Amino acid sequence: MRIGIPYGLFYFYYYPLWKTFFSDLGAEVITSSPTCRLTVDAGSALAVDEACLPVKVYYGHVRELCSQDLDYLFAPRLVSVEPRSYICPKFMGIPDMLRAQVPGLPQLIDITVDLSRSDRYLQQDLIKVGRMLGYKKSAIQEAFQHALEENRRCIQIASQGWSMAEAIKIWDGNLLEPPEAGDLSIGLLGHGYSLYDEGLSMGLISKIRQLGCKVHLLESLDAERIEMEAATMPKRVFWTLGRKIMGGVINMNKREEIDGIIYLACFGCGPDSMIGEMAERYTTGKPFMLLTIDEHSGEAGMMTRLEAFCDMLRRRRRVDESQFPAYG
Amino acid sequence: MKVSFPHMGNMFIPINALLKGIHVDVVVPPPVTARTLELGVKYSPECACLPLKINVGNFIEAMEMGADTIVMAGGWGPCRFGYYAQVEREILRDLGYCFDMVVLEAPDSKLSELLKQVKGIGENATLKEAYQAIKFAWFKLGEVEMLEKRLEYLLPRVIDQNQIEQIYEAGVRGIDKAEDRSSVRMVRLDTIKHMDSLARHQRSILKIGLIGEIYTILEPSTNCHVARCLGRIGAEVSRSIYISDWVNDHLVGGLIKPSNHRQILRSSRPYLNYHVGGHGRETVGNAVEFARSGYDGIIQIGPLTCMPEIVAQSVLGRVSETEAIPCMTIYFDEHSAPAGVYTRLEAFIDMLQRKKSLANMASG
Repeated sequence: MRIGIPYGLFYFYYYPLWKTFFSDLGAEVITSSPTCRLTVDAGSALAVDEACLPVKVYYGHVRELCSQDLDYLFAPRLVSVEPRSYICPKFMGIPDMLRAQVPGLPQLIDITVDLSRSDRYLQQDLIKVGRMLGYKKSAIQEAFQHALEENRRCIQIASQGWSMAEAIKIWDGNLLEPPEAGDLSIGLLGHGYSLYDEGLSMGLISKIRQLGCKVHLLESLDAERIEMEAATMPKRVFWTLGRKIMGGVINMNKREEIDGIIYLACFGCGPDSMIGEMAERYTTGKPFMLLTIDEHSGEAGMMTRLEAFCDMLRRRRRVDESQFPAYG
Repeated sequence: MKVSFPHMGNMFIPINALLKGIHVDVVVPPPVTARTLELGVKYSPECACLPLKINVGNFIEAMEMGADTIVMAGGWGPCRFGYYAQVEREILRDLGYCFDMVVLEAPDSKLSELLKQVKGIGENATLKEAYQAIKFAWFKLGEVEMLEKRLEYLLPRVIDQNQIEQIYEAGVRGIDKAEDRSSVRMVRLDTIKHMDSLARHQRSILKIGLIGEIYTILEPSTNCHVARCLGRIGAEVSRSIYISDWVNDHLVGGLIKPSNHRQILRSSRPYLNYHVGGHGRETVGNAVEFARSGYDGIIQIGPLTCMPEIVAQSVLGRVSETEAIPCMTIYFDEHSAPAGVYTRLEAFIDMLQRKKSLANMASG
């Protein structure tokens, strides 16, 4: 049994979970290759123009998997991964969108993940999938528990300062060189599926590291602390990732060692358009830069902005900082 | 206390009646103009969707007229509308305006907070007055919508289209001014009679279903007056949503009048099998309903980057193929130019007319 998992969207949060679950149930898990220009082009050709870059990239990965002779393609409908919060409307429509737009699609495993009220339906869906693969209820539940554990282990790795993409590689048994410590510290925020995908973000994390900066990501912050900070907002943010980002911004803003904050947004992303604005307003007394990318963005333009941002941070540090306003 | 609220088509008429009924000073923001949009665009986040920008423009113009309290709706996602009020408040505070913002939303934790806020607006009214104000507002809304629907029917059929629009607008103003039920009814009857009396021509009429995001459908200034434009080039437009439907289905759960909301959701299967926030699923369901009731074409409209509409648009292609009905999607933002939009509408209508006449020739 061959099950394909596209290298996009919630791959960067739940790949260890899905991989373990399906492997334990005797399936062979196939992932598409990391995002490259061809992925973006193939996805852009399939999706509607107005879809955001991560969705287009996801289409590109699905396209690649279509030619891999799969039995099933795993494309869950992610509604909500915790009580009273959502991800994004597009995630809620992904299986329907793929069916309508991707020719030659393998059969989908489109379980609905909706934990906004209870996890009963998810459990039912999981058992249905497990039975499809020929397993009993107890074995399925055991596999799921194991999968949850593996996912926690991967998040644990990420908390040591790796990006989720790197953590997944380490979890998979690869050895990675730890990044060199730089003279600047930059808080980097954004949705994980755009930030950690090196092909999609045009290598943003490694570029910032190359410029001599230590990168602080959400995963390296204390999760409970973030929730506490996020709860100080006048209205609870109802997007899971958005809420964490806001908690992260408030936390990073307070921390002395962080010199500046960069927010990676995707053009056309609904949550980014609101959270990016709020993040900017909640960053007081520290430089903040909003980087917006889409499939037309050029690497050179981004590099120039990053260099300028780092130069400005270094100059602020050299000269007595108090002379400079937060914007440079 | 001077209360203001954002515009959404003719919504200001019932809100005005409601607030006056509970003895509140109301400042109706000036109609949405290029200046409103300019103000909104200047101060709003660049990538926010169009309704937020127009809200901000409305609020600034209302505060220039002396408003000090803003009533706004909220929500709990996943559509970003739920966070509008928060961002708008930050923007306006930053600009130095001094105001209270009352956000009406299903409470996250404390029901008492919502009640306190609602009570805060209508502190001088008794419960009975509040009840009557709500009933009168609902009545006015129904009467205004009768005019809207009559105009949608007659506009492609009458010869003097400027005149019928003038009559309609005078009628809407009349209803807004009228202070009791009988005079509202009188204005409505007179207006419809006057509209009906205009000379008509005998051309074949195309039927177009207008679907999409609620605000863009209801507020003509955000959609370059798509409905009027279609009417003028010979298409009868049916909208997928009227304010009364929305109030009925979403605010009071279908209590006031029978609703076809469930039927619409059923029709969205198998194309879209889950709610996707906003009116994404209704858009798909309505497209199917329009196709099955013999409409000639469907136009989907929404603000650029609207998430639920993008999901709907993604599956509309399949709806169009399976249900055999031409669909077109137009997104609007602050850069939309009427001439470009009209050209696309004309081309779409030409295509439909040609398709229809070819079909008629083949069959007869």
